[in-house]
Amino acid sequence: MSFFKKLKDKFSGSQEQEQTAEKYTEGLKKSRSGFSEKMNNLFARYRKIDEDFFEELEEILIGADVGFDTVMELIDELKMEVKRRNTNEPEALREIITEKFVEIYAGEGETSSELNIQDGLSVILFVGVNGVGKTTTIGKLAHQFKSEGKKVMLAAGDTFRAGAIEQLEVWGERTGVDVIKQAEGSDPAAVMYDAVRAAKSRGADILLCDTAGRLQNKVNLMNELQKVKRVIEREIPDAPHEVLLVVDATTGQNALVQAKTFKEATDVSGIILTKLDGTAKGGIVLAIRKELGVPVKFVGLGEKMDDLQPFDAEKYAYGLFAQAFEQREAEPEEETAE
Amino acid sequence: MMAFEGLAERLQGTMQKIRGKGKVSEADVKEMMREVRLALLEADVNFKVVKQFVKKVSERSVGQEVMKSLTPGQQVIKVVKEELTELMGGEESRIGTAKRPPTVIMMVGLQGAGKTTTTGKLANLLRKKYNRKPLLVAADVYRPAAIKQLQTLGKQLDMPVFSLGDQESPVEIARQAIQKAKDEHLDYVLIDTAGRLHVDEELMGELKQIKELSSPEEIFLVVDAMTGQDAVTVAESFNEQLGVTGVVLTKLDGDTRGGAALSIRSVTGKPIKFVGMGEKLDALEQFHPERMASRILGMGDVLSLIEKAQTNVDEAKAKELEKKMRTMSFTFDDFLDQLGQVRSMGPLDELLKMLPGANKMKGLNNVQVDEKQLGRVEAIIRSMTAAEKQQPEIINSGRRKRIARGSGTTIQEVNRLLKQFEDMKKMMKQMSAMQQKGKKKGGMPKLPFM
Repeated sequence: MSFFKKLKDKFSGSQEQEQTAEKYTEGLKKSRSGFSEKMNNLFARYRKIDEDFFEELEEILIGADVGFDTVMELIDELKMEVKRRNTNEPEALREIITEKFVEIYAGEGETSSELNIQDGLSVILFVGVNGVGKTTTIGKLAHQFKSEGKKVMLAAGDTFRAGAIEQLEVWGERTGVDVIKQAEGSDPAAVMYDAVRAAKSRGADILLCDTAGRLQNKVNLMNELQKVKRVIEREIPDAPHEVLLVVDATTGQNALVQAKTFKEATDVSGIILTKLDGTAKGGIVLAIRKELGVPVKFVGLGEKMDDLQPFDAEKYAYGLFAQAFEQREAEPEEETAE
Repeated sequence: MMAFEGLAERLQGTMQKIRGKGKVSEADVKEMMREVRLALLEADVNFKVVKQFVKKVSERSVGQEVMKSLTPGQQVIKVVKEELTELMGGEESRIGTAKRPPTVIMMVGLQGAGKTTTTGKLANLLRKKYNRKPLLVAADVYRPAAIKQLQTLGKQLDMPVFSLGDQESPVEIARQAIQKAKDEHLDYVLIDTAGRLHVDEELMGELKQIKELSSPEEIFLVVDAMTGQDAVTVAESFNEQLGVTGVVLTKLDGDTRGGAALSIRSVTGKPIKFVGMGEKLDALEQFHPERMASRILGMGDVLSLIEKAQTNVDEAKAKELEKKMRTMSFTFDDFLDQLGQVRSMGPLDELLKMLPGANKMKGLNNVQVDEKQLGRVEAIIRSMTAAEKQQPEIINSGRRKRIARGSGTTIQEVNRLLKQFEDMKKMMKQMSAMQQKGKKKGGMPKLPFM
C-alpha cells in the first residue's frame, strides 16, 4: 500500500480523527498551497530526475525554512535512493520525500506529543524569545486542561513587559482559572515561588508558568530563567514536569540557535510551534528535531481557543501533502505503471 | 556556540585550493559563488533574492576585478559587501512630516513583531530628537491587554495615550484620535494596530480603511529580524495592499544574521528606517546598510562596537585616567569607575561577539566573561573604606579580614585582587613608558579581566 494511502486511512477512522486531520488540513492551507503547489509544479515539469530537478527541490525546501544542513542531507539521501531504485522518474520520489519527512521527524529520542502529567500537581514552564506567543499559548492550554476537568492555575512570571500580567489575567478570566501575580517589575522567581506554593495549597492539578520573552544571547536574562526554574525545582523535586519552548513558525535559521541555547539553560522537554496557520511553513522544526532531538508537542493553527493541536508528524506531513495526495488519488493508477 | 560560518571562513577552503595555482579560473569563481550562496541562505536571505544577487556578483567577479586580483578571496568579499550595502542602502532614517499637522504614522505587521514596543520607542525618539509632541493611539482591540501595554508605555514616557477600550472599531478609534490631536495641538499621531496575517482579508481591509481615513504620512511595517524565508511574502503582501513607506527591523539585538533585511529591501524597494536594538525605550537606532551587510556575512560589527565605546566612555575621564596611570596614581576608585564604564557598554561577552572572527579565535570563542566574578570584584572594592581605596598599601591583614566579611568573599579573593591591582599598576607604568618612547598616545588601557 502506498505511504499516502496508509496516512489517509489512518485519519479516516473515527470522527474525531477526521476532525483533527481536517484542522491540520485547514490550518496548513497556506503553508500547503505554497509548499505543495511548488512540489506539484516541480513534479509536473520534470520528466526525469536530473541535477536541475534536485536544485529546484533544494530551493523549495530551503524556501520552507527547513534548515540548510537538513536540506543538504535530505537531498543526498534522495540521490542515493534514486540510484538504489534505479529510477529517474520524478513521481517515484514524491512518496519518498514524504516518507523522509516523517522519518527525520520520527528519528531519535522522544517523539510523543503527550505531556508529562502526573497525579497531583504538574508544573509546566514556558520559555522563548519575545513575541512568539507564550501567553496566548498558555491561555489556549489552560482552556484545554480546564475542559478536561482539571484544576488549572496560571503564574504571571512575565513581570517585565508592559501589560503582560494583564494579558494573562484576561486569559484567566476567559478560561475561569486563577492567576498568581505580583506587581510589574517584581522578581519572577518570587512570583514562581508564590505560585507553586499556592498551587500546592489549593490542590491544583496543573500550574502553567509564563515567563518574559528573552533573546537567547542575553546572558543575564538566561541566568534569570535558570533561577526561576531552580525555584520551582526546590519546591517540587520533579518539577517542572515540562519545559516548553515556544517558537514562532515564521522564524528562520535562528530558531535552531534558540532551541539549542534554551535547551542548555533550561533543559527544554518540548517545543510548541505557533502561528503555523497563515503564512509559515515551519520547516525549521525538522532541523530542530534532527539536531537536538526535542519533540514538537503542540502546533498553533489559528487564533481561537481550541486551535492548539497536539503535534503529529504524520498528520503534519499529511496536511502538507494532502492536496498532492488527493490529486493523485483521482488519477488512474496505471499512469505510473510500466 | 552554534554560530554559523561567516563568508570569510567559508571562502577559506576555496582559497587554499587556488593558492599556488597563480591563476583564478571561471570554475574557481563558480565555486566561490556557491559559498556566497550558502552564506546568504544561512543568514535567512530569501533564496530568490540570493539567486539574483549571486548572479550579479558572479558577473562582476568573472570580470577583471576578481580573476586578475592577487587576493581573489578578499576581492569576492569586497564585491559581495559592496553589492549588499548598495542593495540595502542609502536612504536616511528620517520621518516624514505632513504639510498640515498632525502627521499620522501607522504601525503594521504580523503578531509578535514588536509593534507596540516600537510605537513607544518611536514616540520617544520623536520627542527626544525632533522635539515633537506625539499622541499614542491604542488601536489593537484584539489582543488581550494590548491597550494596557501601550498605556503603560505611555505612562513610562509620560505621554498621552488615546484609547476607546476594546469595543470600538479601530477605524473609529483612529478617527477620534486624530481629532483629539488637532484639538490639543499634538503634532504626531502614532497608531498601534493589531498584529495580523497578511492573508487575513478582513483585517487587512480594516487597515486600508484606517489608511483612507487618516492619510498617514508614513506606514511602517514592523518585522522581526529573525524571520525566515517568508519575510519576502509578508513584506510584499503588506506593501501591495497598503503601500508601506518604510520598515522597522526589530529584535536585532539578538544573534540572528538578519538576512530578512536584504529580502525585504530587495522585494519592496522600501527603506529600512530603524532597527530595534534592545528592550529599553531608547533602543531604537538608525539603520546602517554597511553594518547590516557585515552582519549578514558574519563578519562582525566593529563599527557598532566603536560607536558603543564612544557614546559610553567619557572622553575627559579617559584622558584623566591615562594621566593617572602614567603617574602611578591610579586608585581603586578609578578602577571602579572604569569598570562601570566598560560595563555600561553592555554585557562583556556580547561586546566580544561583535569582534569579527571572535567566534573563531582560540580562547575567545568560548569565553564566558564571568559577570559574577566582576560582581565580586566590585563588592570587594565597595567594602573598602575611602582611605583604603586611595591607598591600597594600608590594607593589612585585619583590614583584609573585614573587607572579605563585608563583601561576602574570602580573604584569598581579597588578596588576589590586591595582587592583581598591584600587577596592573606595574604593567600600566611599563606601557605608558613604552608609549612615551613611541610618542604615541593610546586611549583606554586594557583591564586585567579583558
